[in-house]
Amino acid sequence: MHTDEYILKVEDIHKAFGANEVLRGVSFEVKKGETLVFIGSSGTGKSTLLRCINQLTPPDRGRVWLHGEEVTNSGKRINYFRQRIGMVFQNFFLFDHLTALKNVEVALIRVKGMSKEEAREKALAELRQVGMEDWAGHYPAELSGGQAQRVSIARALAMDPDVILFDEPTSALDPELTREVLEVMRTLAQQGMTMLVVTHEMGFACNVANRILFMEHGVIAEQGAPGVLLNDPQYSRVKNFIGQFLEYNGD
Amino acid sequence: MDQIAFLTDILLPALQKGLIITLQLILLAAPFGFVLGVGVAVGRQYGGPVTRFLCKVLVYFVKGCPLLLLLFILYFGLPSIGIVFSAFTASVFGFILCNGAYNSEYIRGAMLSVKDGQMIAAQALGMTRLQAVRTIVLPQAIRRALPGLSNEWIYLIKYSSLAYMITVIELSGAGKLVATKYFTYTETFMAVGVVYLFLVTLTTLAVNAIEKKYAVPGMIRG
Ligand SMILES: Nc1ncnc2c1ncn2[C@@H]1O[C@H](COP(=O)(O)OP(=O)(O)OP(=O)(O)O)[C@@H](O)[C@H]1O
Ligand SMILES: [Mg+2]
Repeated sequence: MHTDEYILKVEDIHKAFGANEVLRGVSFEVKKGETLVFIGSSGTGKSTLLRCINQLTPPDRGRVWLHGEEVTNSGKRINYFRQRIGMVFQNFFLFDHLTALKNVEVALIRVKGMSKEEAREKALAELRQVGMEDWAGHYPAELSGGQAQRVSIARALAMDPDVILFDEPTSALDPELTREVLEVMRTLAQQGMTMLVVTHEMGFACNVANRILFMEHGVIAEQGAPGVLLNDPQYSRVKNFIGQFLEYNGD
Repeated sequence: MDQIAFLTDILLPALQKGLIITLQLILLAAPFGFVLGVGVAVGRQYGGPVTRFLCKVLVYFVKGCPLLLLLFILYFGLPSIGIVFSAFTASVFGFILCNGAYNSEYIRGAMLSVKDGQMIAAQALGMTRLQAVRTIVLPQAIRRALPGLSNEWIYLIKYSSLAYMITVIELSGAGKLVATKYFTYTETFMAVGVVYLFLVTLTTLAVNAIEKKYAVPGMIRG
């Protein structure tokens, strides 16, 4: 296995909702173990881009490749690719009628066809990884936002995905709960998980991301390693955005 | 003949026979009515255009047709096109159709109230739509539909008496026969009423137990 091989390749993605052209040609590539952070103002198509990658929203044009296999136009095989591409949502979307443990187990049993015992063991291991093993028997309504989000990360991890997409995983959380979730994500990045993260957490972006991609009007306007992007005067727009953002947040 | 003898030798044995038929009608109709309700609800919500249309038409006609008329059609009408059911079978079919059509409305309503995110998260994990409906949407929807379904089961107990109109001697019919033969209308029909009340109470308690067993903290309020 070559470490410089691209796991995920996104090619010229376009998506419009009616007259609203949300994505206007987005391309990038991701290597194994990389963490990419997407930033940009509201409505620039960050969520749409992530959903185009696993085809929850089919793009109008462009292609997505996972390990050299085409994810777009893959017909029924899309369900295979979705197992390989994890997703974590802003509002967790835990299954309301299932305990934390069952939330993690259910796709292992139904989709991967694991035995119940095998699935249980794996689910408990993933919950342990995110520090939620003690809460295995609790229902989503009994969890704090941070706990719920960690369970949803465990649920994604359990499928052993090649890459995980995070769509503003901490935007619904208090600062304190945000920290516990970001801590889990940082650990994942250090363990070599490949991650695409949409977030407004600039601290996380600067410390964890291999690359920051700044989106504006449906394209990637500027991108680069955090150090380069923040220090090179050539990248004025992203600095402008971050500047506004920090001022607004007052830190 | 004294009261006690009437009760023990005539009324109770007759009602017991009738009750057994009533229970057979209900216990055969309810499970299939439930399955039909789920099927029609899923068909209307997630089926293709043809399935959706057929499910809608079924619900439309069953809801629009008096149950008694439906039973007449099944028992007296169908033989003219060569389909002959016994009165008992025709009743069970009629009840399944009626119970299923109404159940489907409760289940469909409950499915609509399941948040989109549940389906999205299931699909993001690689579930097909059908898998997601079966393992995620339906278990939530059925829990929410339970109060409505329980109403339908109670209606089913009561409208099972319509089977008498197509010659099935169930509980009400058995009561009617005794009452007219012995001119004991008040006593007999009160006794019959008590038995129905007992069945309804039993059903209510059973549904409460089911609700409790499958209750999910925070999922359904009120
Ligand atoms: N299903 C949809 N139907 C119609 N319009 C949509 C749909 N999904 C997104 N949009 C529109 O696409 C645009 C981009 O939305 P998107 O959610 O991708 O932005 P975003 O960058 O994630 O913004 P935010 O930071 O607010 O989450 C918005 O104008 C939005 O209204
Ligand atoms: Mg978004």
